Amino acid sequence: MYTLLGEELNLQITSHFHSSQQKLRSTIVITSRGCRSSKPSSPIFRVDCESVFDLLKLSTVDYQSLGISYHAMSCHVIMKKFLSRKQSEENGVFADMVSSQNESSLLSSEGDSQRTQYPYVTGTSVIGIKYKDGILMAADMGGSYGSTIRYKSVERLKQVGKHSLIGASGEISDFQEILRYLDELILHDNMWDDGNSLGPKEVHNYLTRVMYNRRNKFDPLWNSLVLGGVKNGQKYLGSVSMIGVHFEDDHVATGFGNHLARPILREEWREDLTFEEGVKLLEKCMRNLLYRDRSAVNKLQIAKITEEGLTISEPYSLKTYWNFAAFKNPTVGAEGSW
Amino acid sequence: MTTKEHANWSPYDNNGGTCVAIAGADYCVIAADTRMSTGYSILTRDYSKISKLADKSFMASSGFQADVKALQKVLSSRHLIYQHQHNKQMSCPAMAQLLSNTLYYKRFFPYYAFNVLGGLDSEGKGCVFTYDAVGSYERVGYSAQGSGATLITPFLDNQLKSPSPLLLPAKDAVTPLSEAEAVDLVKTCFVSATERDIYTGDSVEIIILNANGVRRESEQLRKD
Repeated sequence: MYTLLGEELNLQITSHFHSSQQKLRSTIVITSRGCRSSKPSSPIFRVDCESVFDLLKLSTVDYQSLGISYHAMSCHVIMKKFLSRKQSEENGVFADMVSSQNESSLLSSEGDSQRTQYPYVTGTSVIGIKYKDGILMAADMGGSYGSTIRYKSVERLKQVGKHSLIGASGEISDFQEILRYLDELILHDNMWDDGNSLGPKEVHNYLTRVMYNRRNKFDPLWNSLVLGGVKNGQKYLGSVSMIGVHFEDDHVATGFGNHLARPILREEWREDLTFEEGVKLLEKCMRNLLYRDRSAVNKLQIAKITEEGLTISEPYSLKTYWNFAAFKNPTVGAEGSW
Repeated sequence: MTTKEHANWSPYDNNGGTCVAIAGADYCVIAADTRMSTGYSILTRDYSKISKLADKSFMASSGFQADVKALQKVLSSRHLIYQHQHNKQMSCPAMAQLLSNTLYYKRFFPYYAFNVLGGLDSEGKGCVFTYDAVGSYERVGYSAQGSGATLITPFLDNQLKSPSPLLLPAKDAVTPLSEAEAVDLVKTCFVSATERDIYTGDSVEIIILNANGVRRESEQLRKD
């Protein structure tokens, strides 16, 4: 007897799933949360790891494909097998489940398999500013898994071609996908071997189109990107969100940075900031985020891009000051509060 | 027993802004503020919402910025094709029809864009077309769209003494005001709208189209 657990339904098969002699010929799809079958006639349920391997041991089935991906919490299995119609009659409840799924509203989601519904491992704010010689960008190295700070060495600032620098917040795996897209873009640009190379403006436009088109397909890349660079003396700094909203400015920030860093930058940014002044300004913003953004970690990188080239600093941490009166006595003026 | 999953993200966002256009006897004024917002945050203070579609057609659009940009791109490329095929620029009424059709094409996943098209018709008279998000449009003497539209439209109705649409024969709503007066009126509209609409402000970009060509003016607005 196997218990199949689904997010949407709890099922139990009373009949033993065992068909050693016969080949299974109709389609059953077991998917993980977020995945949907693309076949209208297939049912959907989630099987935990142990039962699947038991299933595999017992039955001599004809597998069309078998894929297993490990989720931190449980084992999600994606499996396709074929069961004949005759078989399904004999398998009693199992068959009922097969046929009843055909009408269930789970199947109404056919055609939209593998859509991003929620982000899992996320990076927090990225801040970018123009300064005298080029662009400065800062991002911490945290990768949060919900409220857990799971990874502390995630590089969220990366080079793109000769002239650009990208910083990403949001889903890290989607950022890695974007880096693959950009890799191919730069590769093809280099293969032309015509002396031209894509500048930051072009890369920003490309990213905007990618993000917008994914949004149109209801399968967004869950990121907010900052794109900066210098080409032919022209500095460029832009931002793209997961739904394709984009703009360029003298200073940009994603996520909490919009609320905590932009106001500081609006007051203190100047056209002719030197490198040292720029770094100090960014550190001031990052420190602010460290105090107030719960997903911030005290390990950051600062990247600089100029006409000459790009450097991404080694990770380092900021000095923090916790003796503010408001931090020490937060309930002053409101006794009994916390 | 089974429930459909609901997306926890929206493909739309409102990036705010207000657009105005006024048609005159031999000129057209198109204006839009330059603030881009999301929720209660300002993203940038100088973002242009006006796009030149043809020599004599300018479109000002507010709403969801990514859709607005995509719409501008589609119309620009369609205009380029038109030029290749007809060896001339599209007239403003022709562009108006194209915009309407483009919007309706996405009737079931609309461009969240609120547009005002302004320009000169083939006789050199000012023309303004106003749209909703799915393409229904009308030629008018003046129009406002976007977050501040509800504040500006009644003011323009009063100042431009718009004739009743029920009159027969239909009276032309094109204003007898001079160009300078119309530009001043537009600036007043934005200053007033900025006071009460949080999404309007920073600065206003004004395009003036007439027989001599195109002129661009900019006026600072409150930044709060």
